[in-house]
Amino acid sequence: MATASNLDARSLVLPDPLPLDSGQRLEKVRVAYETYGELADDKANAILIFHALSGDQHVASVHPITGKPGWWDRMVGPGKPIDTSRYHVICANVVGGCMGSTGPASDDPDGKPWAMRFPVITIRDMVRAQIALLDALGVAKLHAVVGGSMGGMLALSLAANFPDRARRVLAIATTARHSAQNIAFHEVGRQAVMADPNWREGDYYGSGKGPEKGLAVARMAAHITYLSEAGLTDKFGRRLQDRAAKSFGFDADFQVESYLRHQGIAFSDRFDANAYLYITRAMDYFDLAEEHGGRLADAFAGATARFCLVSFDTDWLYPTSESRHVVHALNAVAAPVSFVELSAPYGHDSFLLDVPALDRVVKGFLG
Amino acid sequence: MSPKNQLRADLAVIAANVAPGARVLDVGCGEGELMEVLQREKQCDARGMEIDPEAVERCVARGLSVVQGDADRDLADYPDGAFDCAILSQTLQTAARPDQLLDELLRIGRRAFVSFPNFAYWRMRFSLLRNGRMPVTRHLPVSWYETQNIHHVTVEDFRELLRAKGVTVEKSWFFTSEREIGGTSANWRAEHAVFQLSR
Repeated sequence: MATASNLDARSLVLPDPLPLDSGQRLEKVRVAYETYGELADDKANAILIFHALSGDQHVASVHPITGKPGWWDRMVGPGKPIDTSRYHVICANVVGGCMGSTGPASDDPDGKPWAMRFPVITIRDMVRAQIALLDALGVAKLHAVVGGSMGGMLALSLAANFPDRARRVLAIATTARHSAQNIAFHEVGRQAVMADPNWREGDYYGSGKGPEKGLAVARMAAHITYLSEAGLTDKFGRRLQDRAAKSFGFDADFQVESYLRHQGIAFSDRFDANAYLYITRAMDYFDLAEEHGGRLADAFAGATARFCLVSFDTDWLYPTSESRHVVHALNAVAAPVSFVELSAPYGHDSFLLDVPALDRVVKGFLG
Repeated sequence: MSPKNQLRADLAVIAANVAPGARVLDVGCGEGELMEVLQREKQCDARGMEIDPEAVERCVARGLSVVQGDADRDLADYPDGAFDCAILSQTLQTAARPDQLLDELLRIGRRAFVSFPNFAYWRMRFSLLRNGRMPVTRHLPVSWYETQNIHHVTVEDFRELLRAKGVTVEKSWFFTSEREIGGTSANWRAEHAVFQLSR
């Protein structure tokens, strides 16, 4: 389980309280972030990358817990599509997260972990915190804001709520609102966490044992939604795991079972269960149109940025129709928008994987 | 040779006749050759729609605003009068319903440019008469069973459709072998045609 104290992360405490959509205010909010590449003297070459649900600020640097390369290492770096020899890339852990930014594992004003007493936060609250980070860093206007999945929601929210802060908005494999199906899958995950006796209504910090099993099940269920059926069949089929025949028992006979169990355990080793509850809740509450009187086009009425939306043909979590819905709204306010549906076999996770066409679109759009 | 001169003849005449600074939608914009000229030389606010994802990708890489979409379905996303002009070059004959596509163009744009290959061009007629087979030519280079050109049209057919719809022909141009020819007997002599239209 990750907490702020055991991480060697850059962070700062926001000078002002963070106003939340719930009406509460969060004091002394810490935002952990990483930067890559030099910030130009005119501070005009900054690109803010928003991470997805299970991501963090280590977009292109070795993860301090897993020791693995950054989650978008293939996209971000010198000479890569998001070229850190030209651009200054900023990536911050979302508020509510568990990699150094203030979240449910952080201490409340009385010095005890917030746990479930942490206020429910929204996608817009996460954006507000990162705008405050940009203010602290002196970046008035971003060259671009980029995000995939939840990161794409954050990018769209920034474009809608802080339209003068970015020149380009690149939102990949995302949506302007969580659908019933999206909420349903998240609720399965939350209930898996809460059904784990070690969850203890969220007060497991310091007990030495958290709801790792529940979180692992949540991750297993979610992970299926990030892949495609064809991708799973291609990768695993019905192949057996390290055995010649079925065991007539409930071990992980199949490779796909073994893979999912591994994914679940690896995730619960690095992620805080309560943070998972809070972040999935923020995603479920996300409805950009609802925030702007019910009409998505109105959310973008003041937009001056160029937009690019990308979807993948095998993504059934945030399918192409969701991106088209956003494009429709942007067309209605005559915003300059590009949209492309790319073909890739990996489902929703395509945005993280080897899709050369995505590299070309990202590089081309950033200019 | 200036970049404008490298444009296909129908695109060059469209580029020359779009008003400077106009808001333009190029439907079936391909890799954005026309859009780029309109932005650079006419300071237009050019947007595109293109069905082929690889072509869209190249447009985005050129810094153009292009939406992947199917003209038969996705033009409905645009509000009425959103553009000063809508362009449909060499795409009319591929539409599921060219008549409805024409309505959409003139709903979205106050003016429309439409170019298409003329199926009544004399070489076509001669080829069909002599060989009894569907003609395969430079402008219609694919066999009947795999062509995207599912609604072949002649200059006279198109004029008839415009009359029936009450659409005004502001200007028209006709070409053979990439050279402009006069409008006389265009239905025989023109290999392809460009019309500037309004309601």
